[in-house]
Order: sequence, then C-alpha cells, then structure tokens
Amino acid sequence: MVTILIKEINEFLDSLIAYVVMGVFLTGIGLLTWVFPDTNVLDYGYASLETLFSLAPYVFMFLIPAITMKSFAEEKRSGTLELLYTLPFRQHDIVIGKFLAGFLLVIVSLLPTLIYYYSLSALGNPVGNMDTPGIIGSYIGLTLLGGVFTAVGIFASALTQNQIVSFITSAFLCYVLYSGFDSVADLALWGNESSTVESLGMLFHYNSLSRGVIDLTDIAYFVGLGYLLLLFTVLIMKRS
Amino acid sequence: MSLEVVGLTKIFGEQRAVDNISFTAAAGQITGFLGPNGAGKSTTMKIATGFSLATSGLVLVDGVDVSKDPLAVKKITGYLPEHNPLYLDMYVREFLRFIGRAYQVKNIKSKVEEMIERIGLTRERNKRIGTLSKGYRQRVGLAQALIHDPSVLILDEPTTGLDPNQIIEIRNIIKDISKEKTVILSTHIMQEVEAICDKVVIIDRGQIVADDEVSVLKTEGGDKQAFKMTFESSVDERLFEKFEIDRVNEKELLARASEDNLRAELLKVIAENDLPLASIVKADEQSLEEVFRKLTKSKD
Repeated sequence: MVTILIKEINEFLDSLIAYVVMGVFLTGIGLLTWVFPDTNVLDYGYASLETLFSLAPYVFMFLIPAITMKSFAEEKRSGTLELLYTLPFRQHDIVIGKFLAGFLLVIVSLLPTLIYYYSLSALGNPVGNMDTPGIIGSYIGLTLLGGVFTAVGIFASALTQNQIVSFITSAFLCYVLYSGFDSVADLALWGNESSTVESLGMLFHYNSLSRGVIDLTDIAYFVGLGYLLLLFTVLIMKRS
Repeated sequence: MSLEVVGLTKIFGEQRAVDNISFTAAAGQITGFLGPNGAGKSTTMKIATGFSLATSGLVLVDGVDVSKDPLAVKKITGYLPEHNPLYLDMYVREFLRFIGRAYQVKNIKSKVEEMIERIGLTRERNKRIGTLSKGYRQRVGLAQALIHDPSVLILDEPTTGLDPNQIIEIRNIIKDISKEKTVILSTHIMQEVEAICDKVVIIDRGQIVADDEVSVLKTEGGDKQAFKMTFESSVDERLFEKFEIDRVNEKELLARASEDNLRAELLKVIAENDLPLASIVKADEQSLEEVFRKLTKSKD
C-alpha cells in the first residue's frame, strides 16, 4: 500500500498535477475569500470563513475529479494495470494506495488556508472574536468531503479507461452526492419525508459539522460513504 | 519449481479462448509456448500470473493454485506481459525501485544497479522510460520481471519488434538466466524456439496440438531417424524394403526407421549389395516451421 502511495505521489509531482491543483485551488479560493467584491470577507464585515467553506466544495467538485481521473483509467488504457495486478499487491492495497495519494494532495492543498484563520482572527474586533468551533467543524467537514470526493473519483476512474469519461462521471457523482439530495428533497412529492431525503446528501452533514458540533453520525456518514465507494472500486477491479 | 496447467478453460462470451488444456513446464527448462495469433497463448499466461481468472481448470505454480493463493504465486513469478506495458513517465531507476519495493526485495538500490548492469541498461539508467527505444524498453520490461530473482518466469513475446541484434541479446539474457528457473516463453518466431527452447507446447484455437521436446517434434512421427543416401548411379529402392524409403530423385534415397543404429543397418545392406554409395548423411529434419504449419493449419 505504501509502495503504491509513494508511486502515485511521485506521479503527481512528476506530472505537475500536484502543483496545478494546489495553485488553482489556492488562487481561486484566495481570490474569492479576499478579493472579489461579491464574496470577500473584508467587505462582508464579519469575521467568518463562510465564503471559503461554502465555495470550496464546488471548487473541489472540479479539482478532485481532475486529480483522480487517470488513476485507474490511464492504467487500463496503457496496459500497466496488468503489470500492477501481477505484482504481489492485494487488490484493496492498490485501491487504498491510490485513494490515499489523492486524499493527501487534497489535504495538502487545504493546509495553506489555515493562514486565513489567523488573518481573520487578527482582523476580528476584538481580536480573536470569531466562531472557532464552527471553523474547526467546517475544516473537519471539508476534509471528509474531500475524502469522499476522492473516493468518488477513484470509483469513477475504475469504471472506464477514458479519462474524460472518468472526469465527467466523477464530477457529476460528486455533485449528486453533495447537493443533489438537497435539491431533490425540495420536490413536492416527499411530504414529511423530505428531511430524510435531505439527510442522505453530503450537504446536510457538511452543514451540520460547520455549526461546530462534531456529531459522530456526521463523521460516520462521510467515512461510511467513502468506505462503500472504495469497496465498490475493489469489486469492480476484481471483476474486470 | 514447476508450472502445471491442468484442464484450463477460459470462455469469453461465446468463444472458448482456451479449451481444456493441460501441460507442464519443468524447472530448469525453457518451454516455448507457440501458436498462431489468437490461439490463446496470452490468455493462458494471464491466468497463470493471476491477472485473469479461469472459467474452469487451474494453474499450479510449485503446487500452489494461482486462484487460491495469488499473492504467494505472484511473489515467485516474474512476468513480462505482451506489449510490455511500462510507466512511461517514470525514470528507469525509479521504476525498477518501485517494482523492487512491490516484491519487497532486500537491498533494493544495489539490486537495481545490479539488474541495470546485467540487462545492459547502464547507459540508459538515468533516462525516462518514455524516451527509450523499443529495444531498451524491452530490457526494462525484462529487468522488471527479473528483479526479485523469481523461480518462475513467464514471458509473453519477449522479442517482438526488436532488431536482429537486440533479439539475439535478449535471447542470450533469457537463456543465461533460465538455468535454475522455470521459463515459459510465448512467441511465433520459430527460430527463437529452436535457438533457446528445450520443450515446445503448440496451441491452436485454444487446444494443444503438440507438446514435446524440440528435437522430437522436428523428426516427424516422433522418434524416427532419417538418413539421406546418395549413390553414383540409380539404385533399386526395393533393396531397402525393410526401411521406410522415399525416393528423392534418381540417385538419392531417404530412409527412415525408428532403430537407433539405422546408419549401420543401411550400410550393411549397401555392403551386401555392393552399391555405389557416394554419401550417407543424417537427413535434414523438417523445420519447426513446417511442423507448426502442419499442426495449426486450418482444418476447415
């Protein structure tokens, strides 16, 4: 597993993917949080990282599929999958190794935004006047969300040998899992069950975490969803 | 350490790619696995390496069923897949170290250097695999299959697309390393089989049509010997009626028999009849190519 992880990370670093992903994510989020007038914190006037946490999932929705789109698809297309699967790895080690490499890249991209927390706390009046538990909760939520998106990406990549198909599938799946249930819950046909439908989506649990209450059910939801996706990936790879 | 294929069948949809084949590759031998394109060679090899699953039947590597304990088999098997897939973005060293780590090779760094040396990649060792020519990529593929000193080596068309010099070099490498290993090599180059294989298994449309030593296969009818006799003048072939005789032309006769001392027997008849013998030579065995064609030609 570690061997696969190292290989995948080297691949990210060699192929510029890592730098591009981090660069785009930080530039985009940085501009949205601090510069663009519609969304920036300074004009808003409240010491809150609301912008970062509400927009980052949508940025992830494009960036994470880009990170993971080649993981299995490219191996299948170039035939190196045969090489990989005849080395003495267990099937799930390969999947987990690839997942962890992507997840690690997401976490590393997220780390520099911790500076925002410091800046914001310095800007608060009085200094440090902000919703720290809410921010911690949101970071945990965003990290878990990134993990699930990565799992979605790996899963989508296992379905095809075409990177573009893999990208689009995983971006779509990320969208559906994130806010799809929320939108569907708004339809009139659920009656009293609409909140149940809503709670199937990631947005519900993400919002719940960002309130600063670390509820185990929310964490279990993300971990369980990620686990299921990786399990499906292992099964798909076993069958082909 | 031997590799045994027992009643192996693989069905893709309607097609039986491999149809109930069985053969054994013994240790210390190079077994040539021959067959026309699409005969089921690669399919068999993919199953033997644990990449594909058989529909029925099994492959035993050193007595271990590949489908039951793939990890144990993968650890002792080196595999060069058809088309030699490699990570083109990796550097030669980086790639070999990755493979070495996958096999949990000890002293990876020195082992990689040793492999690079042995396989003739010294000048290319700092290059990206994508920039290498086909011959060197093939060497990287071979180095990859050998780095953990496997006891079973499965090579799927190791020399396709190489120039004649490279073919000979790669063959020598294979021959050199095969001494204490079980090697199975698929190819459709007959000279290759004659040059390096001890034993041949010929497969056609999923079925085995021949499984024998190269020398045996070349003498048609199994264990018969053949001599070509050339005479000064025309000779009555009925004198040799206790042998199997073919008249090549007026002065030449081809005698076949399964006796070991065929030459002596023939010479006795010649002496008894005082025939004007010009020469008697062991007849050219039929080429493996002819055997191959005969065995795999379309039956419909």
